[in-house]
Amino acid sequence: MEKSVFVTVGTTSFDDLIEAISSKEATLALLKKGYGSLLMQYGRGKEVDLNEKLSLPIKVDAYKYKSSIHEDIINADLIISHAGAGSCLEVLGAGKKLLVVVNEKLMDNHQFELARKLHHDKHLLYCTCSTLVETITNLDLSSLQPLPEPKTELWADDITAHFGLSYAKR
Amino acid sequence: MFLLVVAFMVSCLVLLATVLILIRMASPKRKPTSTVRVLSVAGSGGHTTEMIRLLKSLPVKFRPTSYVVANTDLMSKNKIKTFEEGRSSKLDDDYNIHVIPRSREVAQSWLTTCYTTSLAIIFAFPIVWRTKPDLVLVNGPGTCIPICFVSILFDIFGLHRSEIIFVESICRVDRLSMSGKILYHLASKFYVHWPELKAAYPRAIYLGGRVV
Repeated sequence: MEKSVFVTVGTTSFDDLIEAISSKEATLALLKKGYGSLLMQYGRGKEVDLNEKLSLPIKVDAYKYKSSIHEDIINADLIISHAGAGSCLEVLGAGKKLLVVVNEKLMDNHQFELARKLHHDKHLLYCTCSTLVETITNLDLSSLQPLPEPKTELWADDITAHFGLSYAKR
Repeated sequence: MFLLVVAFMVSCLVLLATVLILIRMASPKRKPTSTVRVLSVAGSGGHTTEMIRLLKSLPVKFRPTSYVVANTDLMSKNKIKTFEEGRSSKLDDDYNIHVIPRSREVAQSWLTTCYTTSLAIIFAFPIVWRTKPDLVLVNGPGTCIPICFVSILFDIFGLHRSEIIFVESICRVDRLSMSGKILYHLASKFYVHWPELKAAYPRAIYLGGRVV
């Protein structure tokens, strides 16, 4: 059974990533790694002309937005995303393999701090548009570690105790 | 001569404010109540998503919740509505969304920011007065500064006591946000998600992992 890739840029515009991942070189590299289909969510960016993608070696589809991309995340074998914190956490929270592509035009964006930290802790891979094909060619997802659950309950306990309330779960 | 008088008056005011802040920091905690009124400040980007995760985890006694949203932030308003309407309706709580002018747009000049923040502070006064929160829960967007400023002012002048709980954004790994730097010493509790920030800011609380 063919593996599938889902690309998401959230609410941003990241045409460089959409161009790079739906290029002949990138789709060939994906095919060699066993990925037979590519679904791209391109957000605020330039509309994708699917007719131009018909000659590519794998199936390509695209859309602008959906109210929830959760299902597309669940159905994919690999997610390629921009460095947005929301996207990263949604994908990792779903237990999926994630490759983050950093937008070099936004390098001073603080969201990059989180992607870099998560990469350092081996929760995701990352690259830039210019190193995308190389990264896919050498893709090794086996070293990735699942992201631990957040400690929200611990925080809630701390706050509840601080306000001197006995803990009553909703 | 006139300048000297003005300088003297300003110095007295600064001294008075400093003394009152120190007294506030040293004074005993608020008396316990059975419920905690929450004022939550939403923000664009992931701030509101993170805030909703925090609010979801709090027990039932943390009600009612009032929200402050910047006037340009439609997405947060929708996220809040979806969240509140999905909550348990056993309690007859109304939630409220209060709109405030945005303190600062991304990359706005600091000079015009002084003006827009001052305007937001004026709007913050009636919001904090009407909601009288026990807990002001903030996680870093610029919108939180006017609200926190007014809350502290009310506290200093004995008008209403509230506590500021600051949870830094999960995106902040090595450095605090601007709001974080401002509120680091003023919040009752200041949470961070990463050990790097705990190491740099010892007063911060790190619970051993990310909070959201």
